[in-house]
Amino acid sequence: MLRYFLRRLLLLIPVLLGVSVVIFSIVHLAPGDPAEVMLGPSATQEDIANLREQLGLNRPLYVQYGAFLGNALRGDLGRSMRSNAPVVEEIMDRFPATLTLAVLGMAFAIGIGLPLGLLAALKQNTWIDALCSFVALAGFSIPNFWIALMLMLLFSIYIPILPSSGIDSWKNLVMPTIVLGVQTMAVIARMTRSSMLEVIRQDYVRTARAKGISDRLVLTRHILSNVMIPVVTIAGLYFGHSLGGVVVTETVFSIPGLGRLIVDAIRSHDYPVVQGGVLFFALCVGVVNLLVDMLYAALDPRIKAQYRAAR
Amino acid sequence: MNGPLLEVSDLSVVYRTYEGTVAAVNGLGFSLHRGRTLGLVGESGAGKTTTALSIMGLVPSPPGVVESGRIIFDGQDLLRLPEREMKRIRGNRISMIFQDPMTSLNPVLTVGLQISEALAAHQDLSEAEAERRAAEMLERVQIPAARYREYPHEFSGGMRQRVVIAMALACNPSLIIADEPTTALDVTIQAQVLELMKSLKEEFATSMIMITHDLGVVGEVCDNVAVMYAGRIVETGSLEQVFSDALHPYTRGLFRCIPDIEEELSVIRPIEGLMPEPLDLPSGCAFHPRCPRCMEICRTRVPEAIERDGHGVMCHLFSEGGGGDHA
Repeated sequence: MLRYFLRRLLLLIPVLLGVSVVIFSIVHLAPGDPAEVMLGPSATQEDIANLREQLGLNRPLYVQYGAFLGNALRGDLGRSMRSNAPVVEEIMDRFPATLTLAVLGMAFAIGIGLPLGLLAALKQNTWIDALCSFVALAGFSIPNFWIALMLMLLFSIYIPILPSSGIDSWKNLVMPTIVLGVQTMAVIARMTRSSMLEVIRQDYVRTARAKGISDRLVLTRHILSNVMIPVVTIAGLYFGHSLGGVVVTETVFSIPGLGRLIVDAIRSHDYPVVQGGVLFFALCVGVVNLLVDMLYAALDPRIKAQYRAAR
Repeated sequence: MNGPLLEVSDLSVVYRTYEGTVAAVNGLGFSLHRGRTLGLVGESGAGKTTTALSIMGLVPSPPGVVESGRIIFDGQDLLRLPEREMKRIRGNRISMIFQDPMTSLNPVLTVGLQISEALAAHQDLSEAEAERRAAEMLERVQIPAARYREYPHEFSGGMRQRVVIAMALACNPSLIIADEPTTALDVTIQAQVLELMKSLKEEFATSMIMITHDLGVVGEVCDNVAVMYAGRIVETGSLEQVFSDALHPYTRGLFRCIPDIEEELSVIRPIEGLMPEPLDLPSGCAFHPRCPRCMEICRTRVPEAIERDGHGVMCHLFSEGGGGDHA
């Protein structure tokens, strides 16, 4: 198991290398000159040329990439062109807010989606099932920025009980959590429902009932443990997806997180921050996927056996 | 008590589906004495499994509905028992062995837990004691107790079925219902599992209902036989009576389906036609469209059950004025 874990960890390296090549290329091929943006419209050609020289932007792309990669391997992602602070510092500054939001969003998604899906399956083909399916479908189909605006309208303007921006108290996190989690919640609810409907028809559930054990044990021990397997897979996949949602959510609610940092950096052509931020996101998604796979093995002994075999 | 352990009478079960009402079991009745084994024989769809699930109180509902009947087990009518009482009987005094060992064990739980939870549900045992007894049961079915913490996927089909048997026997039930316990296994493994079931049944002094479509299995383990067709028992009697003196044309047809290796020119003669569609059973005797000796009355009237020396048959050939003979 440990060997499998370490092997998977090593496999993250080529993934990150790939991501770094892609992000480096996109950033540098995008139109616009960071030196011009930094100096503003009043700058002279000479100033711009000097700054370009200073930032190393005149060197060939592969040299710039090599330098970037070499530094990144030593944990140095360069300095922000705007604030001149080290990129790693900027990221670490912003990361706690984003992590909090992502974890809360996931908790919301599972906390609401799982019971909703179970309820729908247990009350299959009743109005409760229909209502749960409606909520799930709506949650998945409505764009999250629109939900964000509607929530703001409702809870910050008509019934002003929640602040619409900033990150001063737990109240600030309520709406962003919902906005971030709602799509994942919908997917989890749908997945749980179909998984549950499949599992309750399995022979082993009938076997469990035939033993005369309590309904509660049949549900928790025999049904839920099997229902969770596909649900965990989906939840893991959507965690990466919801990190993308973080960018929108943080922008709409003015939360100083990693997503906002990257968006601002893109606007001002702050190459090092964009590269570092995206690379860091990729690392997060990779680590989360790895953790999900480990959790998957813990839930399903058949998968665990495969991991052992594939040492 | 000297009466039969189990007495089923007038049992009718239907499944209400969107396409219509499926009559799975139609006024079925039989009895089983203590320590005996009854073979319930018939093609797929004859209502064997539904009968078993009715006894267990596990007919899937919806769509299944037990419409009428009595299932008297040790003096109690199981169909009138509240679910709470029924839970005490299920897995404890009556237990069931299911057909496919590949799907009837939970893939994410250890086999040990799956055996011990039956014990824990019915007997006031500490966790350690339940575990010890479950490990003992594993040994009884010839699986090393050291494999207690392994998962079903680590066992072969035959071993899994032995785990299922251990589960069923864990609480030392008075009645075991085995639903095609060997059908999903290789022929060589079938013999082993049957042998094991037979010896454990003796050891635990259990009664058994053996559901099968395999007359060879019936000949091997059963004392009595009941032949089912379209939700009814068409012939019943001791193993000898039914095997050497089959009366019902359907039973005779079944025996003709067995190839005889001693006969040089062995031609299997299957029963013509197919099991009737359960949504739309034929009028009169349900077997009449396939019966080689069908008479006029068979098309219109359901035959009465006739019994002689414990050998019962449901066929107009043997009712008064019928042309039945023992040839």
